[in-house]
Amino acid sequence: MTDTFMLDGKKIRFREGQTVMTAAIDAGIYIPRLCFHPEFKPHGSCKLCTVKINERRVSSCTTPAAKGMVVESDTHEINDERRMLLEMLFVEGNHFCPSCEQSGNCQLQATAYELGMTSSRFDQFFPNRAVDASHPDYLLDFNRCILCSLCVQASRDVDGKSVFAFSMRGIHTRLIVNAGSGLLADTRFDGKDRAANICPVGVIIKKRSGFKVPIGQRRYDTMSVSSPEK
Amino acid sequence: MNKPAKARIASTSLAGCFGCHTSFLDMDERLLDLIGQVEFDRSPFTDIKHCGPCDIGIIEGGVCNAENVHVLREFRANCRILVAIGACAINGGLPALRNHLSVSSILEAVYRTDMIPNDPELPLLLDKVYPLHEVVRIDCFIPGCPPSSDTIWKVLTDLLAGRQPELSSRQIRYD
Ligand code: SF4
Ligand code: SF4
Repeated sequence: MTDTFMLDGKKIRFREGQTVMTAAIDAGIYIPRLCFHPEFKPHGSCKLCTVKINERRVSSCTTPAAKGMVVESDTHEINDERRMLLEMLFVEGNHFCPSCEQSGNCQLQATAYELGMTSSRFDQFFPNRAVDASHPDYLLDFNRCILCSLCVQASRDVDGKSVFAFSMRGIHTRLIVNAGSGLLADTRFDGKDRAANICPVGVIIKKRSGFKVPIGQRRYDTMSVSSPEK
Repeated sequence: MNKPAKARIASTSLAGCFGCHTSFLDMDERLLDLIGQVEFDRSPFTDIKHCGPCDIGIIEGGVCNAENVHVLREFRANCRILVAIGACAINGGLPALRNHLSVSSILEAVYRTDMIPNDPELPLLLDKVYPLHEVVRIDCFIPGCPPSSDTIWKVLTDLLAGRQPELSSRQIRYD
């Protein structure tokens, strides 16, 4: 038996155990998201998928769908807050898209296009973060990390290697590599790992394949991030 | 019948590469349309040295030295609507890659300590390269490296028609 709830005035069917997010995806409706990935346990940390239920803001990726609930998502107010979160993510790191291999395939960038972000209202942090190019086949550009934790989950839960972890707290949180030296080359990281192909932005980059697909012909140059996945 | 007064536009490149201006010119025959509606004030297209009162100012490039600050303030004081065009104007772009290095370490690496240029004619470098909106108020942003001429055209035609410019998600590009 399937029940329904209302999302922006549309009836959405859901099955037992689904969240607002997964039910919306099955119904072909886009809710902006960055740290959510269908293969991994949602943790509601990027807050892009915030929706309003009974005047309360909740993360749709962790909120169980319930019969009869009324959910607001694609509203001017919520999209403006989402845009503000994106602007914060952009200024916290160093996002020079024109020189980033992920440009055009990047979920952060595509979500910012989708939500109409033309600039950030905040001052740039211009943090100083080193690049780790120690591994023969992959490099890590920490300048672009949005701390979505997908690589941490993939490496720990799928690859069983725990190559990545978070260190420190709050604004000081950063991604680290689990090795005495702190370098990727000194881990068991491999290009066939799930973690090697999970980053939604341009941190975990395969070497010697840059710009094989020219800018302008990449994923989000031909479709939008809101296009249904199936 | 009197022709309607033409809008005045000024443009300049600060710490930029003139790529945005080149993309501007890429609008091809639409330039003829545009030139029927606007007159250029200070701009690389006219070589006028100082900006007078204008309806629209368009600035490419970020702010990397003291002269950039003066030019930007001159534009802000004279232009009713100030437009930041391109990645560098919006977030510092490529020139801002120097921002995690100290100015002295860069100068010493490039010129050696005994040869650092010190002519009063040369504008002093700022500690960092800044986006325009961290120095003056900016009314409108056109992202892209460079933005396509279609996107530039869309913003200009909106502004000239007195509309708040609206770019669709397909017209917004950061690369
Ligand atoms: S990670 Fe995405 S947003 Fe950041 S620089 Fe690369 S393409 Fe741009
Ligand atoms: S490296 Fe990529 S996948 Fe890992 S936390 Fe940062 S943004 Fe997420």
